[in-house]
Amino acid sequence: MPDSAEVLSGFIWVYTLYALAILSVMLWFALNLKKEKGAKILKPGVFYTWVGTLVVLGVSLHVFTFNSIPWAPLDFNRDTIQPDQVVELSVRDHQFVLPSEKIKIKPYSKVLFRVTSADLTYGFGLFRQDHSMVFQMQVVPGRSNDLLWQFSGPGLYTIKSTEYSGPRGILMDVPDAVEVAD
Amino acid sequence: MTFFETFLHGEQKAFRHETLTPMQKLTLKFVVAGLVYYLFAALEGMIMRMYQIAPIPGVDAEHYYAMMTVHPLVGIFGSTYMIVFGAFLFLVPFLMKKPLWSFKAATWTFWLIATGTLIMWAAGFIAHYAPLYTLYWPLPADFSQFGPIGGAVFITGIALIMVGTILFVVNIFKTITYTPAGWEKQPGRALLASALGLTGLANFFRKEKKEHLVSLPVAAIARGSVDTFLNAAIITFTGVLILIYMVAAILGFDLKTTAIDALLYKNWYWWGLDLIADGMVLIFVAGTWYLLAMLITGKNLFMENWARAALFLELIVSWTVWSHHLLSDQGQPAILKVVSGEMVTAFELITQGLAFFITLVTLWSARPLKMTNELKFLLGGLLGFALAVPAGILQADLGLNRILHNTQWIVGPHVHVAILVGLTMTLYSAIYLLFPILTNGAKLYSQKLATFHFWMHLLGGIGMGAFMGMAGLNGMLRRAIYTNGEFNVYMILAGLCGAMLLAAFLAFLFNIVMSVGLNGAIGLFKKSEISEETLLPKS
Repeated sequence: MPDSAEVLSGFIWVYTLYALAILSVMLWFALNLKKEKGAKILKPGVFYTWVGTLVVLGVSLHVFTFNSIPWAPLDFNRDTIQPDQVVELSVRDHQFVLPSEKIKIKPYSKVLFRVTSADLTYGFGLFRQDHSMVFQMQVVPGRSNDLLWQFSGPGLYTIKSTEYSGPRGILMDVPDAVEVAD
Repeated sequence: MTFFETFLHGEQKAFRHETLTPMQKLTLKFVVAGLVYYLFAALEGMIMRMYQIAPIPGVDAEHYYAMMTVHPLVGIFGSTYMIVFGAFLFLVPFLMKKPLWSFKAATWTFWLIATGTLIMWAAGFIAHYAPLYTLYWPLPADFSQFGPIGGAVFITGIALIMVGTILFVVNIFKTITYTPAGWEKQPGRALLASALGLTGLANFFRKEKKEHLVSLPVAAIARGSVDTFLNAAIITFTGVLILIYMVAAILGFDLKTTAIDALLYKNWYWWGLDLIADGMVLIFVAGTWYLLAMLITGKNLFMENWARAALFLELIVSWTVWSHHLLSDQGQPAILKVVSGEMVTAFELITQGLAFFITLVTLWSARPLKMTNELKFLLGGLLGFALAVPAGILQADLGLNRILHNTQWIVGPHVHVAILVGLTMTLYSAIYLLFPILTNGAKLYSQKLATFHFWMHLLGGIGMGAFMGMAGLNGMLRRAIYTNGEFNVYMILAGLCGAMLLAAFLAFLFNIVMSVGLNGAIGLFKKSEISEETLLPKS
């Protein structure tokens, strides 16, 4: 499975290109608003084409991502997929309680992270050594919060709470808590 | 005129507050209060920007998160609600050519929101009540971190704002439907049906189409007001629930927080909260774009019936999109994530895309146009939403949300670009357009300052959003404090852009004060001798 960093780099390209395109269009539009009329009045057909384009974009976006982002179907169908490993964690009083000092995972295995909260709403995220995010989910008290993930290769990851749980929760991280290695 | 004379009496002494009607004065008071609260929010925003670069002596984590709690609430309720409500309480009578239903209710709206915002802000500043605007259960009732008295004061402030908001909604609908004294009986039900979009919906199935009794901008105001009311109801309900826990704690009882299902709570709260971001803001903004485009060009709107239909669709969509805020909640049913979180949310690309296109084509049809302040800011507002809405659609995706949720990406390119560039520049456009109408022809002090305001706001807003977004894509969380300089390059650049935004606002404020003069500004709070039913003085 491709790493989430690869998906993110694709996302950055798409949005950057879009942002540059819309900035250019608006600049061109503003400059030409001051000019004398040259173009004909816009035909309704152009408008309906625009409507159609928006509909196609709106519908196809999620179909495309579901079929191209590898963890999307994995997450959606996690109830029916047998994990290779289950990691149970809990959170209480702004502290992560881990099953062992270091959680060891084999590369390419499917791991189900199951996190419960005894008090507040927290977040559970894994971060690389360069601080970038691998994934995250919300940890809601009174609920089973589980996430199925397949690691693409070896790595050492820090666990952080990705949700605010009051000023006492700002240092909720466990450095190098997850190790993916053979 | 010397600088000091201009400061006292305004540019060319053109602004004379004694000529203003009570409605003009009240509308301007709404705008003044909205701008003062914008300054509150902007200063707090700048302090937080600086704190993200390096901790500030005297500001601890409790204070930082108290600021983070009130910053969006002061910005939304104290600033945006004030400016928008003031403008709409003036515009609905202006567009319908009939007096406001109740001047007294409008005055109450002003004082309730102004006072409520101050109380809420003070509770954050003094008591450090800091559950953030999200109020994720059971954090607002976690009295090991927050004092219940400070919390109760905070909720009281919010409650006052909500009462003022509900009065605004009632005033808008009554103004649309009522029959002023001495007038021929107005078709109240038909006016209401037209305002809400029911006439347009029925026209789809009728052979003989009925005409729309209210103009498109009034229809937008009415439909946005529906969401405003529903949102106020949900916030009030949630506030009462939290208040019960606070009062119990003050009286020495410890109510079990597990009595409330945290996920169910999150669903109803986001359903209500999202009616602001994905409901009334988008509807009000689209309606304002249409009105501005028509007033700037003097032409009818391109594809007006489609614009009406899009507003109706947006209203329906706004009731069903809340789940995109819960895509990372694994207990949320998958059907809600896909249908509400992804698919219905994608409709906002369509509704906002239509509003964007219709406004641009209406402007284009009136070429050549002079690049006035209102036109410049309108284009800036359109650009802001053109950048922020697709960013929102992308993050409302099951796959992408897994790596974007709660990062600086969400709050940068989506939230701040939508609010600061999209919404605020649209409001500035309306302010520049309405300024001579509301002040009976006051002269703007400096066009150079207005141009400075435009460019600094546009570049600062987009720049700040972009650098926050870059930090978010590199893993920076939106509600965390980083003390080791992990994202300092982005935060310094975002801070510089934030400073540009603040400089832009100060230039605008100075320009407005110099335009109306100190005496004129004080005169807004003096009683007008003209009848409350008169909207504009007879020329």
